[in-house]
Amino acid sequence: MEWEIVVGLEVHLQLATKSKLFSGASTTFGAVPNTQACAIDLAMPGTLPTPNEAAFRLAVLFGLAVNAKINQHSVFERKNYFYPDLPKGYQLTQLEHPIIGAGIIDITLPDGTSKPIRLHHAHLEEDAGKSLHETSFTASGREMSAIDLNRAGTPLLEIVSEPDMRSAAEAVAYLKKIHILAKYLGISDGDMSQGSLRCDANISVRIKGEQQLGTRTEIKNINSFRFVAKAINVEARRQIDLLEDGGTLVQETRLYDADKNETRSMRTKEVANDYRYFPCPDLLPVELSDEYIAARQRELPELPDARRTRFESSYQLSTKDATQLTGERTTAEYFESVAKQTGEPKLAANWITGELAALQNRAEVSVPQVTVEQLTGLILRVKDGTISGKIAKQLLAQMMDGNDDVDTLIAAQGLKQVSDSDAIEKLVDEVIAANSTQVENYLRADEAKRAKMAGFFVGQVIKASRGQGNPKIIGQMLKQKLNARL
Amino acid sequence: MTVNRQTIEELAELAKISISETTIDGVSGHLDDMLQLLGQLQTINTEGIQPMAHPLETQQLLRSDIVAEPNNREALLATAPLTAEGLFLVPKVID
Repeated sequence: MEWEIVVGLEVHLQLATKSKLFSGASTTFGAVPNTQACAIDLAMPGTLPTPNEAAFRLAVLFGLAVNAKINQHSVFERKNYFYPDLPKGYQLTQLEHPIIGAGIIDITLPDGTSKPIRLHHAHLEEDAGKSLHETSFTASGREMSAIDLNRAGTPLLEIVSEPDMRSAAEAVAYLKKIHILAKYLGISDGDMSQGSLRCDANISVRIKGEQQLGTRTEIKNINSFRFVAKAINVEARRQIDLLEDGGTLVQETRLYDADKNETRSMRTKEVANDYRYFPCPDLLPVELSDEYIAARQRELPELPDARRTRFESSYQLSTKDATQLTGERTTAEYFESVAKQTGEPKLAANWITGELAALQNRAEVSVPQVTVEQLTGLILRVKDGTISGKIAKQLLAQMMDGNDDVDTLIAAQGLKQVSDSDAIEKLVDEVIAANSTQVENYLRADEAKRAKMAGFFVGQVIKASRGQGNPKIIGQMLKQKLNARL
Repeated sequence: MTVNRQTIEELAELAKISISETTIDGVSGHLDDMLQLLGQLQTINTEGIQPMAHPLETQQLLRSDIVAEPNNREALLATAPLTAEGLFLVPKVID
């Protein structure tokens, strides 16, 4: 029996506003507990919420980027439940009239193909505070939980997909797409380690070919790309095993335990959750004008897919290079500057996706640490033959830690490539004299083999020149000298 | 719609209020009366009428994204029954 996995995701994106969704308190991450929670966030009597215009602007930018319907009329409702990190006793969210309606998010799969995932809607809501359960605080002999309300009221955009994903890989591709879009649009820092991007996964399974959806479970609060894939696979496996054993699935909320790589049921409450939503009487419906939407349309930057296509056609880059270069907006803009200033897009792409990316990985940074001017200079000095590619790699590593330009580094370290034929001829003669056995072998070999064997001599001469000999000139001179002996 | 005992108990639990055994019948009677009064609205034809989210015929004003609230932690913490190290303390909650 072949099973099919069906996944829908609810992504919570913390929007990059300076102040909260309904108050003027700061949203900076990592502040001293409760120093960024004001009377409105704490639901003090007599306070009134006022929505933050920037949250609407960022939500609309997202909606436009995924060709979604923008609802010019949206309404905040109260979602009622009690939890200590929710001071009001309700969360302000949107239900019947969300800011963003249906749209399409195209995802790119690891094999390079793409697939459209339908967006159900996206709505604005406020984040809750943080509960710290592992504390040593006690009162009257009871263990206590501690509450930090700095995060309470931070704006979230909850992005809800249709159940259109059919594997963990598709779910990860979808999440990555939202991550890239969020960073391109500047609507969120997307930092999963700080909780700026979190997701809930709705998972069900069915026999392949079946139209009806199976009973689903919801895995709450997954906070890394890796865990999303693992949680989906392990939960789908559990469901399949249960069904194959003749069991019945219960629609429930489950938690993913990364340490044990398993999901487990969250304690079900005696009374089913009933949030008793109703429009918040403290807030009026928000109406956005045509002009407001049009202004946001003008603010939209070139999006990753469009930019990738343009890089492929304008700079003749491979899909792989273009994809890598457009993964981060800063990298894409960096590439474009270096490509323009050097007039060598292909070389610029090679250096940025190759050596520079490797150095960045080692330094654990995601944006280029070498300035556009530094890399441009380096590429031009390789191109005009001043330095070899090998020396250039060493200099690039030095540029990661310093601000010197390529000419300063070359002069300071005497690295100018030797193209002077007298100097090279001397080294070539020395190498030929010192390797008589290899020379004999070379002369005896047939022509096809000789071409390969020549590499050994080139390497020896470059070594003798301490890496500064021009490989092209060395190769030519060696060929000439060796072939003269045939 | 009539409000039975079970509904009252569930609503009380959701709202975290306690309703004593002796008053529960009285409460359900009051709620029944109110629902019947409101039920008269059901007889009105609302075909083609937009649901109203707010009685005021105006729209929400939005605030500029400016940090305008200073840190007022000590004063706000002082309103809570239990605090420690700048945190609000509550009886341990396990979800």
